Amino acid sequence: MKIHEYQAKELFRKYNVPVPEGTVAFSVDEAKQTAMTLGGFPVVVKAQIHAGGRGKGGGVKLASSIEEVETLAGQILGMTLVTHQTGPDGRLVKKLLVEAGQKIKKELYLSLLVDRATASIVIMASQDGGMDIEEVAARTPERIIKVYVDPLLGIQGYHLRQVGFGLELPGAAMKPFSGLLSNLYKMFVANDCSMVEINPLILTSDDQVLALDAKVDFDSNALHRHKDLLALRDLDEEDPMEVEASKYNLNYINLDGNVGNIVNGAGLAMATMDIIKNAGATPANFMDVGGGATSEQVENAFRIILADEKVKAVLINIFGGILRCDNFAQGVVDAAKKTGINIPVVVRMEGTNVVEGKKILADAGLNLTSAVDLSDAAQKIAAAVK
Amino acid sequence: MSIFVNKDTKVLVQGITGNEGSFHTRQCIEYGTKIVAGVTPGKGGQKMDDVPVFNTVKQAVDATGANASLIFVPPPFGADAIMEAADAGVDLIVAITEGVPILDMVKVKNFLSTMNCRLIGPNCPGIITPGECKIGIMPGNIHKKGSIGVVSRSGTLTYEVVDQLTKLGMGQSTCIGIGGDPVNGTNFIDVLSAFQNDDETTGIVMVGEIGGSAEEEAACFIKENLTKPVVGFIAGLTAPPGRRMGHAGAIISGSSGTGAAKIAAFKDNGIHVCENLGQIGRICKDVF
Repeated sequence: MKIHEYQAKELFRKYNVPVPEGTVAFSVDEAKQTAMTLGGFPVVVKAQIHAGGRGKGGGVKLASSIEEVETLAGQILGMTLVTHQTGPDGRLVKKLLVEAGQKIKKELYLSLLVDRATASIVIMASQDGGMDIEEVAARTPERIIKVYVDPLLGIQGYHLRQVGFGLELPGAAMKPFSGLLSNLYKMFVANDCSMVEINPLILTSDDQVLALDAKVDFDSNALHRHKDLLALRDLDEEDPMEVEASKYNLNYINLDGNVGNIVNGAGLAMATMDIIKNAGATPANFMDVGGGATSEQVENAFRIILADEKVKAVLINIFGGILRCDNFAQGVVDAAKKTGINIPVVVRMEGTNVVEGKKILADAGLNLTSAVDLSDAAQKIAAAVK
Repeated sequence: MSIFVNKDTKVLVQGITGNEGSFHTRQCIEYGTKIVAGVTPGKGGQKMDDVPVFNTVKQAVDATGANASLIFVPPPFGADAIMEAADAGVDLIVAITEGVPILDMVKVKNFLSTMNCRLIGPNCPGIITPGECKIGIMPGNIHKKGSIGVVSRSGTLTYEVVDQLTKLGMGQSTCIGIGGDPVNGTNFIDVLSAFQNDDETTGIVMVGEIGGSAEEEAACFIKENLTKPVVGFIAGLTAPPGRRMGHAGAIISGSSGTGAAKIAAFKDNGIHVCENLGQIGRICKDVF
């Protein structure tokens, strides 16, 4: 689960990770009020959306007077910000972070994440802050420091020194940096973060370290033990259809093709999208109803897909294991009765109780095309949208 | 022969009295698996059908000599259940549970590295040696005894592959789903080397998906260490970057974990690549 920069910085403050002074603003007036409390200029006005690249897209601006704050806040609030991470439609900016400007001596990069291969928490740092870290990793991998922390041991002094000296920090900055990193690690573990990224982390002209930006992602599987964090979810930043699907515990991702698809199991769902593409069509979504879906979940999955205006045909691919084909078929029939089907639907079903499932579909008298296997299903769905 | 499990494996089920636990325990027994005990804290002394239930894994192991555990507990208790089984001296732990927090798994993995046991999963369909032992949730009837080893990160996708193999007359030695989570127990390389050392396995199907670099590492391992033919498939070639495709581990971050990179690694290392799932049975028929 992603959160906004201003929310991440509030969390940082709680753990004594230094951040610039500033507050979130929902209107131009609030932005002005905040700017006046900051005790001087310049101040920074930053669009708050769940996507990177805000600066390049024109969503981060420097103001040197209160009039300028008013103008810039007015421009950014309500704008549709397009960045390389938002897609061409962009995101509507509904809130701003107004912050005190800083005297920057050097921009650094710092992140914590879970390393899959070593099953540990890895600290990544670089002197090349403020840039796209993927690019730094590709071009100058030697400029990236990686320190692995054994989760059973926790962060130790030598980890902090390896990173701090690796960044060639001036002596005076070493102690504040160690404090910052140690606190950031505590925050990471205590809140089940899956990623924390500060880019840039700045060294100020008086050798203090400060998180100028803050990106935090939480492990969705661990939110059951962090009820307080659930309040930070911003549904405005999520696709409305994905929000709807999440109500029924469906794994759904909205894509831009025109072939809707419903599959059980994530791996098979990905492979089904690939098959649609191979046959010359494009998937409109990823939809995994899960291994043990109920007929009610299936009904909702089908309803969500049918309500998607770009969908011109639907491919249903089910390999019954825990999910029995008869339960699945009942869900399809229930959804079809409620919403009606007026686009081609190709069904490929196999596995547990497949005979009963096929009978339920046949008896319902729905306008469905059945496929004998995957290749057959792919050809039929591609023909349907041509 | 087979790998990791056979007709003599004695299995206990953690979470046996739950909905899923009891349903799949019955399915496993019906398949012929020796289920000797169940564990549900607070229900010790009861029975699930004819299976005795214990309060702790230690009690169950002491009383029955179980050497494998099948786990169905809810995700918040997944890590604890795995560590309890390891502590009780179980050799093989199969964790079906989906949604175990990643930092829990990071701790479990480091704890298990000090123990002498094998974990399969979590978030996996389990393991089956056709005709002998099924420890998991896969439909038993699509499998057939034979000589092809199957290893996969996915559940239903594995069923699809196995079904095509069986329909074309190619039976399986052992089929293992290693799970779709970013941090898991047994990995591709563990399974591949076991298949290489198993006399009865003559060919291997490896089913991967986007995210991480396990497939690339496995491909290098195959080139250096395997003499048996391998057919490889990768799911998620059309998946957009930055989105988690159902499985917590199936996410392309930046330029790493893409399907294209994995296919290239397969091809570079002499693996027979299947690019269309509908054809995997036929390709296996040609290769094996």
